[in-house]
Amino acid sequence: MRFGKLASALALTLVAVTAAACGGGDDDANAPKKLVYWASNQGTSLDHDKEVLQPQLDAFEKQTGIEVQLEVIGWPDLLNRILAATTSGAGPDVLNIGNTWSASLQATGALLPFDDATLERIGGKGRFLGPSLAATGAEGQPPAAVPLYGQAYGLYYNKKLFKEAGIERPPATWEELIETGKKLTKDGQWGLTLQAGQVTENAHYASILGAQHGAEFFAADGKPQLASDQAVAALQQYVDLMQKHKIVNPSNAEYTDTAKSLKDVADGKAAMFMNQAAAGSFELAGMNMDDLGVAPIPLPANPPAGHRKVTSFVAGINLAVFENSKNREGALEFVKFLTSTPAQVELNKTYGSLPVVNDAYSDPAFQGADVKVFQDTLSNTAEPMPQVPQESQFETLVGTAMKEMFADVAAGKPVDPASIKSKLVQADEQLAAGS
Amino acid sequence: MTTLTKPAPAPAPPGPGKSARARVWRGMSLPYLLLLPAVVLELLIHLVPMLVGIGMSFLKLTQFYIRNWAEAPVAGLDNYRFVLDFNAAAGRALMSSFWVTVQYTVASVALAWLLGTAGAVLMQREFRGRGGLRTLFLVPYALPMYAAVITWAFMFQRDTGMVNSILGDTLGLVGTGGDAPFWLIGDNSFWSLVIVSVWRNWPFAFLIIMAGLQNIPRDLYEAAAIDGAGWWRQFRSVTQPMLRPVNQVLFLVLFLWTFNDFNTPYVLFGESAPKEASLISIHIYQSSFKTWNFGLGSAMSVLLLLFLLLVTAVYLAVTSRRRTVV
Repeated sequence: MRFGKLASALALTLVAVTAAACGGGDDDANAPKKLVYWASNQGTSLDHDKEVLQPQLDAFEKQTGIEVQLEVIGWPDLLNRILAATTSGAGPDVLNIGNTWSASLQATGALLPFDDATLERIGGKGRFLGPSLAATGAEGQPPAAVPLYGQAYGLYYNKKLFKEAGIERPPATWEELIETGKKLTKDGQWGLTLQAGQVTENAHYASILGAQHGAEFFAADGKPQLASDQAVAALQQYVDLMQKHKIVNPSNAEYTDTAKSLKDVADGKAAMFMNQAAAGSFELAGMNMDDLGVAPIPLPANPPAGHRKVTSFVAGINLAVFENSKNREGALEFVKFLTSTPAQVELNKTYGSLPVVNDAYSDPAFQGADVKVFQDTLSNTAEPMPQVPQESQFETLVGTAMKEMFADVAAGKPVDPASIKSKLVQADEQLAAGS
Repeated sequence: MTTLTKPAPAPAPPGPGKSARARVWRGMSLPYLLLLPAVVLELLIHLVPMLVGIGMSFLKLTQFYIRNWAEAPVAGLDNYRFVLDFNAAAGRALMSSFWVTVQYTVASVALAWLLGTAGAVLMQREFRGRGGLRTLFLVPYALPMYAAVITWAFMFQRDTGMVNSILGDTLGLVGTGGDAPFWLIGDNSFWSLVIVSVWRNWPFAFLIIMAGLQNIPRDLYEAAAIDGAGWWRQFRSVTQPMLRPVNQVLFLVLFLWTFNDFNTPYVLFGESAPKEASLISIHIYQSSFKTWNFGLGSAMSVLLLLFLLLVTAVYLAVTSRRRTVV
């Protein structure tokens, strides 16, 4: 090959490679008649989610002529994908976010604020369930997202094991929970199962039990104050389920996902489990659904001064619009569609979650006793996780500290108020210095 | 370079006015031109992100600024000061993670090398089934990382794992039921990590040493045998010195891989490793992605890079001097 030809071939290759590396934006997807939607994994698998969502997307296309390109993203990747999209500016038009991330993502400025005019555009603030709408961003700022699926915590119990032990009803107070747990702990069977190795779940219980003790993890000005006496008492109460009362199998310290706890209840190895509404997952784990009962997470019989009546955090999934979306109108139209009563009924019914708009609750699907327990909890005794930009850091630091505490208990090392306080002081220091 | 002294056979006669000097320049520049795409891609893929990372370490790059880096306030050396303040929680955590990583690397590299050497030496002589065994030994290295490590995670589970079932129920070496040991949390988690790492890496050591052994002339062993050297003496005085260049590279590669290992602990323990097995790569990931403080994470990464560069430079200097002396 002649030198000139070779040189120009090389130059062309370089240009092509550089163009490919610098491109990546999918301009076509942002054309006015198209939307890109990142959905979180709500069903039993990513494919299951696609099956559930596709009919809704088809209905939306029929109604508006806008085609929605769906990508379902698993939980381990979702936050990293959102962070990458935030950094690069190239992301979806509409996306699901865990509602506890709302304030953190709000601080990045990547999400379209839902001010009153924008909320009006999708049907108005009044349609939404109050507590769910409170978990959409920092107080005093327009929400960074709107609720999509509601969730609350409850105490699942195995009715068969209860009956065998002669226990007639689920525990109504924390003291009863311990007493019931002790009765049910025998011969390879445990009163309660915990996801004690799961960072996020641990942080959720720190928040719920913390509220029951009157703890505020962040001061009004947003300054972290993790190591309060109330917080120490709350964590001690939770860890003592395994350490002092011995109603939790120490092996639970290595449970890093929900599946193992669900299986323990389904197999009769554990009698109770505090979790979000998860009937579908219980069924998949082999649970005989007639044996499954649910009650609110109990409160202490004699609550300490300053306590708040909280049995769950406002769990759930929010729906956000990416600020960089080139099809904002279409995106808002899609948000309006997914939060409309028919879509809310259909999707929440399938996923076993709770509608976030009041109108949807008149549907017969949400009249069952179990659903009423979760609905009542979400409406009356649920508190949002701290709505501060460092919420994500808070969950990581406190959840990890609690995981270590359970590991210590499992190894026979005592966990007392002093050691809990020292771990919380460390977490507090890291949170304050890193922010 | 023959092209420098001999004129290259041109397929077409040179055009009018082109001097011999230009032809020489062309001949010289061709290799560089051929290298250019690789160099540009290398810069784009490796060096530029590395420089961006170094730049990030001087910024206060938290969630408030990731959307627009230009607005991130300059932190100067604050990020470095923060992670190197060993009186504060973050500095202590980094230091403890660093020591865990050093111990993990030493244990893992030493055991992988020992097993690799033993395997390769024992398989040096021809015997029936040698090929099959060699293939079998390479399986851990060929298996997809995730599938392999997640299997170990299942085997290490306390109640339902195979490790406790064999060690406890079958062999009676450890307690059972409520007394069964934990492998994925607490002190043992460090050894679980070492075991999985050695299991994954020793086939590589085995492969490289096996290749090295094949280059040792047989007559050296014959001469040693005539001089009355036994098996051990031959191993020490012939095999090891002849393998030295191979070992030098092997140690360095294994050290760098193991020190930077992210996948093994991440798959084995999930997003938050127990403190006894919290390797520095996981620690950096936690500090940047989980707490959204990319400036701090980058500062830790730069420190790690400097440490690895220093160790590599010292290692290469020492080993090359020894080579010159020898």
